[in-house]
Amino acid sequence: MTRKIDFDIDLHHLARVEGHGNIHISVRDGRLAEATWAVVETPRFFEAIVKGMSAERVPFLTSRICGICSISHFLTSIRALERAMEIEPPEDARLIRLLAMHGETLQSHALHLFFLAAPDFLDAPSVLPIMQSHPDIVRAGLLLKELGNEISITTTGRATHPVSLVLGGISKAPSKEQLLRLQSMIAERLPALEEASEFFGTLSMPDFVRETEFISLRNGSTYPSIGGQLVSTDGVVREEDEYLQMTNEYLVEFSTSKFTKLSRQSSAAGALARFNNNFDLLHPRAKAAAAAFGLEPACHNPFMNNIAQLVECHHIMEDAAMLVDRLLDADLRDIRTPYKPKAGKATGAVEAPRGILYHHLETDEAGKVVKADCIIPTTQNNANIHHDLHALVEQALQEGRTEQEAEKLCVMLVRSYDPCISCSVH
Amino acid sequence: MNHLGFELTRVLIGSFDFTCCEGCQLQLANKEATLPEFLALVDIRNFREISSERLDDYDIALVEGSITRSDEIERLKAIRARAKVLVAFGTCACFGGVNSLKNRIPQEELVREVYDGKVIETMPSMRIGDIVQVDLSIPGCPVSKDEVERIMVGLVTRSAATLPKYPVCVECKQQLNTCLFDLGEICLGPITRAGCDAVCPTGKTACLGCRGPAEDINYPSFVQLVKDKELSAADMREKLSLYNGFGGYLDQEN
Repeated sequence: MTRKIDFDIDLHHLARVEGHGNIHISVRDGRLAEATWAVVETPRFFEAIVKGMSAERVPFLTSRICGICSISHFLTSIRALERAMEIEPPEDARLIRLLAMHGETLQSHALHLFFLAAPDFLDAPSVLPIMQSHPDIVRAGLLLKELGNEISITTTGRATHPVSLVLGGISKAPSKEQLLRLQSMIAERLPALEEASEFFGTLSMPDFVRETEFISLRNGSTYPSIGGQLVSTDGVVREEDEYLQMTNEYLVEFSTSKFTKLSRQSSAAGALARFNNNFDLLHPRAKAAAAAFGLEPACHNPFMNNIAQLVECHHIMEDAAMLVDRLLDADLRDIRTPYKPKAGKATGAVEAPRGILYHHLETDEAGKVVKADCIIPTTQNNANIHHDLHALVEQALQEGRTEQEAEKLCVMLVRSYDPCISCSVH
Repeated sequence: MNHLGFELTRVLIGSFDFTCCEGCQLQLANKEATLPEFLALVDIRNFREISSERLDDYDIALVEGSITRSDEIERLKAIRARAKVLVAFGTCACFGGVNSLKNRIPQEELVREVYDGKVIETMPSMRIGDIVQVDLSIPGCPVSKDEVERIMVGLVTRSAATLPKYPVCVECKQQLNTCLFDLGEICLGPITRAGCDAVCPTGKTACLGCRGPAEDINYPSFVQLVKDKELSAADMREKLSLYNGFGGYLDQEN
């Protein structure tokens, strides 16, 4: 016989996520009455404040949408503006930008896996007590996070809010010495990644599956990063400029962040979405890591996004090493294409650490931005988080779990999406 | 913790965010090589972004972001009441930051444009110092972890925590960079407070003034320099207004 229980879970400003979000769960007579994912972040109105600004300056402003994925925002604006004004950056600049994306994603995934997610699995309030109880694991995490930041610093001048990415290319190329340093850092830190993987392999992800539609970029030749087609696991394929047909943003009463949908009531973006759509394009070491975790496409357990991030770290380490080798062979003299501002409009789509990020920008003849639209990965996950919460609590009730157990599952679920809430409200 | 035979006590800190990107708080977890030493200086009592433990017995409150909604005012006042030292942490907290760009536009228009008529509460961006007393300011978009470490050592050892008074140009020259004005670009280095190690001009992009004005700057001479080099006054104004650090100077010009 099921117990007739009543409880409310009311989590205000959830901890260990970026930004301000609340979870409300209401259970009456042992049945779910309400489950809500409510974003209460203050909006910053970036789409309005960017208007009138010179194209050259715009990425410096839009990168401030997010303190964790500022390189992604920077490069998404650059991609939109370069497409709008028909600017072709030199090949070496393209390679440096791809390496910069790897640096940011490695930093972001390491931050999430070790600082935000891991404490749940070890029943700790934060990474701080884990530094004492599992010093080797935290050390491995810090080595990976530091490597990510070092890649970003080498390629863009700074870890957060890049300085040397510019329209037309990059303003300053890394030196040979810096690249050689990265080369050895990447090689030296592979054991840290192995150690991290072994540790995460010992954790058991909650058993929860809700079938959903995963959306990511796909270019058919490399694991996605900057640009490509927009694809979904339900078979939808669109071009970058058709992003609105992929997102279908709508407003909900209880959230300052919008919701999106495609073929179903909700969809998901992020590491697991990229993995599900692009497994074939991962480097062999990353495929092997996925196999060791039992992760196969298409996986519909949102908690496995943690593992997909770890698999991506393997891919990044391998790909970053290859990019550094290519850059060491290049002379890095031609890094910036001069351009004249012109009127145009285009979308830039980039795989930010948390999923597909769109900036749509329109310029006038003087190169000033006249219209802007930004759709953030977390915005594309809001509806999925919301509907997952329903299904997760219902499953927990069926399994006869306590209120405390249900609450823990809910917060772990939200954290698995690695939401970037202030970014999603922008 | 011991320094020259003196026993030092860790400072109890809380880290809080308002309207911002949380990039400044993130710097607290960056510079991983010295993170254990940094964490030995501070006892983190409240830091929602990295810990679910929330205690109210902090002495130093690091406050990131600017204020754009009424519930933020109440939350900020409560933090002020608990903290012995309140630090405006980063450019948004110190000057209003990029959020201040919305102050040029009627707030209803912003809401109409972004939320299509939905009722959303927002107000012009205010600095932390507009609402409560600020004891210490650490500017930067984002803050420089080197500077944060130096200031935290100052707080632990009860010594003066000060910012450089000189402009970014000093640090830029130390790095032997080519002056961006000589490359035909307006750079705010001559009038912006140093302390960032001239990170932007070192990356061959103009300083955009995120750290606000240096002390005793010669603003008229800076404007004259832009004129003499026949560079764009509109570009200069766009740069000066990005972080709202030069509001007073821009007004004086108009």
